[in-house]
Amino acid sequence: MSNHLKNLKLKIWRQSGPTDKGHFEDHIMPEISDEASFLEMLDVLNEGLIGENKLPVVFDHDCREGICGTCSLMINGQAHGPERSTATCQLHMRKFKSGDEIVIEPWRASAFPIIKDLMVDRSAFDRIIESGGFISANTGGAPDANLIPIPKSVADAAMDSAQCIGCGACVAACPNGAANLFTAAKIAHLNLLPQGQAERFKRTEAMVETMDEYFGSCTNHGECEAACPKEISIDVIALMNKDYRKSKFKNRKEISRS
Amino acid sequence: MTITLNSKIPAGSINDKWNTYKEDAKLVAPGNKRKFKVIVVGSGLAGASAAATMAELGYQVDVFTFHDSPRRAHSIAAQGGINAAKNYQGDGDSVHRLFYDTIKGGDFRSREANVHRLAEVSVNIIDQMVAQGVPFAREYGGMLDNRSFGGAQVSRTFYARGQTGQQLLLGAYQQLARQIGLGNVRMFNRTELVDVVTIEGRCAGIVTRDLVNGEVVSHSAHAVVMATGGYGNVFYLSTNAMACNVTAAWRAHRKGAAFANPCYTQIHPTCIPQSDPTQSKLTLMSESLRNDGRVWVPQNPDETRSASQVPEAERDYILERLYPSYGNLAPRDISSRAAKRSVDSGRGVGPLKNGVYLDFSDAINRLGKDVVEERYGNLFQMYERIAGENPYDMPMRIYPATHYTMGGLWVDYELMTNIPGLYAAGEANFSDHGANRLGASALMQGLADGYFVLPYTIGNYLAPMLNKPIPGTDHPAFKEAEMAAQTRYQGYVDIKGTRSPDYFHREVGRIIWDYCGMERTQQGLEKALSELPALYEEFQKDLRVTGDAESMNQTLEKAGRVDDFFQLGMLMCRDALERDESCGGHFRAEYQTEEGEAMRDDEKFAHVAAWEWTGDPTKSIRHKEELNFEAIHLATRSYK
Ligand SMILES: Cc1cc2nc3c(=O)[nH]c(=O)nc-3n(C[C@H](O)[C@H](O)[C@H](O)COP(=O)(O)OP(=O)(O)OC[C@H]3O[C@@H](n4cnc5c(N)ncnc54)[C@H](O)[C@@H]3O)c2cc1C
Ligand code: SF4
Ligand code: FES
Repeated sequence: MSNHLKNLKLKIWRQSGPTDKGHFEDHIMPEISDEASFLEMLDVLNEGLIGENKLPVVFDHDCREGICGTCSLMINGQAHGPERSTATCQLHMRKFKSGDEIVIEPWRASAFPIIKDLMVDRSAFDRIIESGGFISANTGGAPDANLIPIPKSVADAAMDSAQCIGCGACVAACPNGAANLFTAAKIAHLNLLPQGQAERFKRTEAMVETMDEYFGSCTNHGECEAACPKEISIDVIALMNKDYRKSKFKNRKEISRS
Repeated sequence: MTITLNSKIPAGSINDKWNTYKEDAKLVAPGNKRKFKVIVVGSGLAGASAAATMAELGYQVDVFTFHDSPRRAHSIAAQGGINAAKNYQGDGDSVHRLFYDTIKGGDFRSREANVHRLAEVSVNIIDQMVAQGVPFAREYGGMLDNRSFGGAQVSRTFYARGQTGQQLLLGAYQQLARQIGLGNVRMFNRTELVDVVTIEGRCAGIVTRDLVNGEVVSHSAHAVVMATGGYGNVFYLSTNAMACNVTAAWRAHRKGAAFANPCYTQIHPTCIPQSDPTQSKLTLMSESLRNDGRVWVPQNPDETRSASQVPEAERDYILERLYPSYGNLAPRDISSRAAKRSVDSGRGVGPLKNGVYLDFSDAINRLGKDVVEERYGNLFQMYERIAGENPYDMPMRIYPATHYTMGGLWVDYELMTNIPGLYAAGEANFSDHGANRLGASALMQGLADGYFVLPYTIGNYLAPMLNKPIPGTDHPAFKEAEMAAQTRYQGYVDIKGTRSPDYFHREVGRIIWDYCGMERTQQGLEKALSELPALYEEFQKDLRVTGDAESMNQTLEKAGRVDDFFQLGMLMCRDALERDESCGGHFRAEYQTEEGEAMRDDEKFAHVAAWEWTGDPTKSIRHKEELNFEAIHLATRSYK
């Protein structure tokens, strides 16, 4: 059943460290099964490189099931490659054909410095969550889980946003390197739920401001939505903006009261 | 050094033990907690929840993960759900029933007191996670929805679409992130534990390697928690993430921590069969699919028609036929073996005849496509992406794969290993699942350990250490361990042989899968025990790691992990060989009933095997912790 692709021309970004200039390196993949995943194709390449006593290509990956958000490749200029709503690790070689040229690059964004080859540092995302992407509920003392009914539609909408895997494709795809989709997805998840109301405006203000510290500004290109493997809707950004405006107003009032 | 296994089970009736323990445990006053440093290795459900909770209490906490962010831990991949004895469905569930199901599911090879505590705190987990904003599935009335999982006759599984692990981990991660933001936790990403340090019999800290620049550093603490996950990747192909490994637990084992029941590994019945030799991992299709999918194979081994063309009368619904009362929801070990036997008898389906069908056509007819999509949409999508077939039109093809490891570091009732001050939580310990884990119970255990057990038990150990100095990282024991780690990693680079770590990993995996996988025999295990040391010798002579030890080097990381898999693999085979019985996930072909069911030997084997490291992986010493069943009568497991 499986077919084989032949003679793929790979152009891969190599960069020995954060300060190195970096360059493209050409490789030929003589043959690969179309059942193989894109990352398995890179595994085969790397085995070959080790065989030739060369340095294998460094890239981030882990679950290979599209859920951990670790994999992060720009493939022919598209974040996570050509298949819609699919993370790099879930992309299979059946999406390509023999003789194709495939350009493989890391996420490129000033907030995500390159560590080596195709691996980048996305810890700026963690800073955003640390600043407010949570509900402050210390362990112990939580009321019964069914005490507050949550309409199914609300739970579903929160879940739609909560699905973000924190991969950073939205940032990589954005011409401004903005992290609005990522930040807004978390804000929408928590701000939609009854449990998230107490900190709603404080959360929004803190997260947006941390985001602005590290990332570029959103000018509504919409590239983020197209690149997102979890199909997070760009509508969450409108919600975030609305809550941010409100937060500026409310938080000022609170400060003047204290 | 010789090992003493004191399980420290509190006295009293099973219902009172945990309360009694909590009432008697020593406490550290709030203002004194910040005088204690606790290290948590791992930021999965167990690690993140433990670290966040201990930081909330006031301890100074340092967390280490080899991932680039705590949010990436492998817990993220759990799909199906989490159990809790809430009895929201009013279908007769209770703490006792969850306790009983877990003991029975584990084939009577777990410690009653721990399992009962797990069932007790299960209800708090759901409350806690909802308070943190985990968007569990809801019914139209706004109440929490439940589904059933294998090995249970009640609906007690809470879920968030097919991404329960993701939502729970993000919940715990966010709670951890809050503590990081507040400055109560120091987070070390891309940092791997490479050794554990003990001084005068106590755990004094750890040695880590920075994966970005190769730097080896010591960290001292009052207590260390290992929440480092399972070792399923010893099989090479498994449903675990690529980086899951045994190094942390193994390094602790080499420093004196007993390793319990390594041969108890779980094969999950519903994974996508292997399709091609370059395959790097197997993908799980959640067990929840068995709520609505029916498992079958054609009766005729030479069947060539497509699934929908095979008439009902010519299909063998294997689980419904063999286990009428549990049907497609029979426990994992039992379902896996039924699938293996069908394939072995030549009735496998798919191009490589290496799977069985999981068919949703009845469910689609009964419930409509929309309901099926609502329940399993993302799983169906995932299947289609990988297998290239649409499960709404043709049945899925599934086959068992390694999924979970019940064995792990031996711990007592307080989750402390036999090394004072060294704890193990989550999949890394052996504690609650006996010889087989029920679906949706690992998430429960990880969060129980981290949120509701460790924060109590660790205080009991720390309290007497108040204001007593602990050894710093300038102690010679740390320096020695640093040197050893540097030598070890430089050593891999210096071998300069011809084969990559992946080559060796595939080879070890093949041996373990063939001889210590779904079905084991004395002969096979002996064969494995002669092949493994030879291959290990080859590894030590012929490994090739290109690049150096002073920069990001994924081949080098892999080499260290494969090295430890070799040693663990030998211990697994020994453990399987010495356990002359079949129980749960450990199926010895010599010990089965006429119908092919596992035959336990309670006389000889109602105990935990806890192994002591001796320096030679083939010569470890086997110790026993007898299991006493007071609340439950030992019975032969039947799911008929
Ligand atoms: C595909 C899949 C689906 C599953 N579905 C379910 C389900 O539906 N329900 C259920 O109950 N269970 C399920 N399980 C099982 C469950 O997900 C795991 O058992 C559980 O999440 C393990 O959690 P943990 O916290 O113990 O470990 P993990 O989540 O594996 O975390 C381990 C952590 O330790 C760190 N670590 C490990 N070694 C080192 C080291 N040497 N140095 C530094 N850091 C280290 C890692 O970086 C990571 O942060 C599933 C498992 C798989 C594979
Ligand atoms: S919003 Fe989408 S693209 Fe951005 S980090 Fe989340 S999952 Fe990735
Ligand atoms: S490797 Fe986990 S999402 Fe791709």
